Amino acid sequence: MAKQRSRRRRGPRLLDLPGIWLGQHLQSAMATLRRLLETPLPTGMTVAVIGISLALPAALYVLADNLRTMAGGWDQTAAISLFLQYETNDGDANRVAADLRGWPEIAQVQMITREKALDEFRALGGFEEALEQLKNNPLPVVLAIYPRTEHSPPAQLETLQTKLLELPEVDFARMDTLWLQRFQAILDLIQTGVLLLGGLLGMGVLLIVGNTIRLEILNRRIEIEIMELVGATAAFIRRPFLYAGAWYGLLGGLTAWLLVTLAILLLQGPVSRLASLYRSEFPLSGLGLSAMGIILMGSVLLGLVGSWIAVNRHLRGAEPG
Amino acid sequence: MIRFEHVFKRYPERGEALTNISFEMKVGEMAFLTGHSGAGKSTLLRLIGLLERPTRGQILVNGRNLATLPRRQIPYHRRQVGMIFQDHRLLPDRSIFDNVALPLVVTGLGQKEVGRRVRAALDQVGLLKRERATPVALSGGEQQRVGIARAIVGRPPVLLADEPTGNLDPDLSREIFELFERFQYVGVTLLIATHDLALVNSMQHRTFTLDDGRLLNDTGRW
Ligand SMILES: Nc1ncnc2c1ncn2[C@@H]1O[C@H](COP(=O)(O)OP(=O)(O)O)[C@@H](O)[C@H]1O
Ligand SMILES: [Mg+2]
Repeated sequence: MAKQRSRRRRGPRLLDLPGIWLGQHLQSAMATLRRLLETPLPTGMTVAVIGISLALPAALYVLADNLRTMAGGWDQTAAISLFLQYETNDGDANRVAADLRGWPEIAQVQMITREKALDEFRALGGFEEALEQLKNNPLPVVLAIYPRTEHSPPAQLETLQTKLLELPEVDFARMDTLWLQRFQAILDLIQTGVLLLGGLLGMGVLLIVGNTIRLEILNRRIEIEIMELVGATAAFIRRPFLYAGAWYGLLGGLTAWLLVTLAILLLQGPVSRLASLYRSEFPLSGLGLSAMGIILMGSVLLGLVGSWIAVNRHLRGAEPG
Repeated sequence: MIRFEHVFKRYPERGEALTNISFEMKVGEMAFLTGHSGAGKSTLLRLIGLLERPTRGQILVNGRNLATLPRRQIPYHRRQVGMIFQDHRLLPDRSIFDNVALPLVVTGLGQKEVGRRVRAALDQVGLLKRERATPVALSGGEQQRVGIARAIVGRPPVLLADEPTGNLDPDLSREIFELFERFQYVGVTLLIATHDLALVNSMQHRTFTLDDGRLLNDTGRW
């Protein structure tokens, strides 16, 4: 017995254990990857399904991101155009403008004098003859009101509009940005869609990985049984399956990123042509570094959780009957 | 090393497979377990390897009480007990080397040390030259020797064999049994189930005889 013990002592020493543990994990991870790549077709199909599932919400996110960038260029447009009574002269208008600048909900007021308005009107072209017929300038003074951004919500803008209409010098007030508000609402909708679709398809990825791992466990039943027979711990047997899940997630995430990037490259041409029709440029932005990081981390996590569920249901470790 | 105290094993479908078994084996002892088919030989060995738990009674292996051993400890117990089966239980798609290496790989032993010990084990069973082959390329006797190499590669203090020569001719069987005797000389405790009575009688070892789940005869003293 004593002889036995000393003979068996040539195992790992305590100080080596962290290195052994790390080495085991690295070895297991790489061995798992090699095994996945040995069967490229089934692995590729699983990865493709995960990639497409994740590409959909990612693409929607990119769409929302680009629309937001586009809308950002319009933020400087006046929110409310205030048309003053026709009789109001530039001096009175200046006084009203100065008064309005003191209002807390207004950031900036810009005055468009009757002369300037007429010039702009002429510049539009086609009205020269009609304007020649007129003795007087028919245009009123217009004050462009830029509200503070925190007063932007539609309801508050409407309150501001009502308040402005009560001023005696004001003829009528036109909300310029109602459509911008609607556009914002649509953006919010898309963003909610990203979350919903992401959640739904994330669940799908969980199920795909879970099922793939479940089949793999069933395929390797005999091997697992023999490993348990010779003293493999539950953790050792589970490890390669968990790594497989993580690899599926990572490869799927990379595929999703590739698909979205490819789509952007393909769309950039048509979008540039469209933008040039409006005498503008619009470089599409792709998945940023942080978005890519989130997708990859999320996909690895989904893969891990999916395989963890399968492993927990089907690999309970050695259990005597 | 192995101690049974009033062990019963009952299968709901069959009734009692083992009835009130008590015996003890010392370190380095080699014994045969005989009895008719269905007598309970495999069941007894499975209890020692903790492939199954007894319905009643206590089993101690190497000082461990298997009844109180928590589930998490089962793998570590199995590393102390090498098991050999009639049907070998080899992985057909792995090389001989990989098959024998399995008990070491699951302990996380380094690659170099694994290689060294696997070759030592294969050398002991005379299969050093076949390490690259797969099990299907080997004869029945060779496959059984691979199974033995896998059982001893982790140097367990206890070795169990369930009809290891069931499919082999007498000469090959004798070879295998002589191999077991060599392990006994280095201090391994061996329990071998067999119904090859001719061979059992020709070798001077303690012999347990089971009859319908009861320990009929024990030629040893304890
Ligand atoms: N898992 C099991 N479930 C039900 N009955 C079993 C099981 N294993 C063995 N038995 C029964 O227990 C008895 C003893 O079986 P076993 O130990 O395999 O005998 P031996 O190995 O001596 O031929 C047999 O009658 C067998 O049918
Ligand atoms: Mg049997």
